[in-house]
Amino acid sequence: MVRFENVGLRYGLGPEVLRDLSFRIEPHSFQFLTGPSGAGKTSLMRLLFLALRPTRGLITLFGHDIATLGKDAMATLRRRIGVVFQDFRLIDHMTTYENVALPLRVVGAEEESFRDEVVELLQWVGLGERMWALPPVLSGGEKQRAAIARAVIARPQLLLADEPTGNVDPNLGQRLLRLFVELNKSGTSIVIATHDIALMDQYDARRLVLHEGRLHVYE
Amino acid sequence: MSMNDDVDAVTPAPQPGALPQFVSPIVPRSTIAGRALVAIVAIMTFLASLTAGAVVLVQSAASDWQSEVAREVTIQVRPVSNRNLDADVARAADIARRFPGVADVRVYSKEESSRLLEPWLGTGLVLEELPVPRLAVVRVATGATPDFGQLGRALAQQVPSAAVDDHRGFVEHMRSMGRAAFMGGLAVLALVLVATVLSVTFATRGAIATNRTVVEVLHLIGAKNTFIAQHFQRRFLGLGLQGGAIGGGSALALFGLIELASGQFLGSAAGEQFAALFGSFSIGYFGYAAVIVMIALIAGVTALASRRTVNRTLETFE
Repeated sequence: MVRFENVGLRYGLGPEVLRDLSFRIEPHSFQFLTGPSGAGKTSLMRLLFLALRPTRGLITLFGHDIATLGKDAMATLRRRIGVVFQDFRLIDHMTTYENVALPLRVVGAEEESFRDEVVELLQWVGLGERMWALPPVLSGGEKQRAAIARAVIARPQLLLADEPTGNVDPNLGQRLLRLFVELNKSGTSIVIATHDIALMDQYDARRLVLHEGRLHVYE
Repeated sequence: MSMNDDVDAVTPAPQPGALPQFVSPIVPRSTIAGRALVAIVAIMTFLASLTAGAVVLVQSAASDWQSEVAREVTIQVRPVSNRNLDADVARAADIARRFPGVADVRVYSKEESSRLLEPWLGTGLVLEELPVPRLAVVRVATGATPDFGQLGRALAQQVPSAAVDDHRGFVEHMRSMGRAAFMGGLAVLALVLVATVLSVTFATRGAIATNRTVVEVLHLIGAKNTFIAQHFQRRFLGLGLQGGAIGGGSALALFGLIELASGQFLGSAAGEQFAALFGSFSIGYFGYAAVIVMIALIAGVTALASRRTVNRTLETFE
């Protein structure tokens, strides 16, 4: 599904922040991406959700070499990836329902075809009563669940979550982890970037550990 | 304050049993930056419309002055010894009256000629003591273009002391002055338009910057660049048209008020002077068209600036 071969990344003329990364993310897999602050987790996540291009090496996503893809093809590829941002990035002028339905709206789907699905998902993540609310009035946990719902509504093949439990209490963190496990069981590959050891200890999964720009994989 | 705290969104009230609907626009309708952009567009459109209207007014006034002067010629009859000046003047006026394309000939009497010279020679002038020429003003019929060369030759044969002055030099002078005023007006208009384009472009960039999160989220969930740019362009075209209509409409209202006021003061001395300078002070259909062009141009600049800014923002994400 995802293949990195000797990937390196530097910003401008600075030093390489990621060096010689070679790994694969298989379909239906679950992995944690971890490492100390400044190790390059966010940079690697940005490479994975196509917000950055590597300065060297090869990245293939769903069988496509991203170096050869045009803008429209990249946009089409992004639709197969769901992203949960650490800071949620919900759009403040849209209701929770609209934020979650947005990925379907941008691909031109008719509202009649997705309304029930969005409502059902919102109820599943416990936001059935909050679908009319705007993000500024949602709690941190509610925002997090809305962001997750938006990331999974289009049934992505790959879900990337950057510090998804960073802004929530341990109890909610456990519930969110169970949500990711459920999604994985339904066929989505999951990558959770975190440095929350307690969270990783709750679920036995592959660990990708970044240290000083290099990646160590623990199966 | 977060990036979108200024969003003037209305939360639909939860209704038990009601189905949720996607009613919000992709780009927020009303933000502080959006309202500031409308204000800037309105002010700049107002100034550009005033300048365009003023250019039309100057051009129209200069054209009126030229045609007013060109509709008259003067016959000058010099006093010559052994000839009767009054008879020569009457003869010259008679020839002119019978000339095709002439509407009217008015001979200046001796008293009127004395009054014309009073500012230079003082009162109590006895014209017979001075070799002062006499004048007759020939008014051209509407739409006619008489051959004044032929009139001059006819006069030269029958009244050798008469000469025709068709004011050509003065008209040329007026024409070049009018052209200079018009070109100067166009230069000022060009500067105002450049300032308008720059200020609207920067204001648009500022307004887009407050929506950076929207652009980024749309990009990352797989929206194509054209989809994002089209939504922003449509929204900012709306803002541009809104500001343009306010600014252009205000300028048109101001021109209308001045036209109305100039009509009210037409009988007064100041009003007459004003009318002599600017005619009816109406910018006419051409002026109205110029204002509408300003509104469309500035709204178009706003829309294009938004598209360009969104595309540049998207390039920073890749």
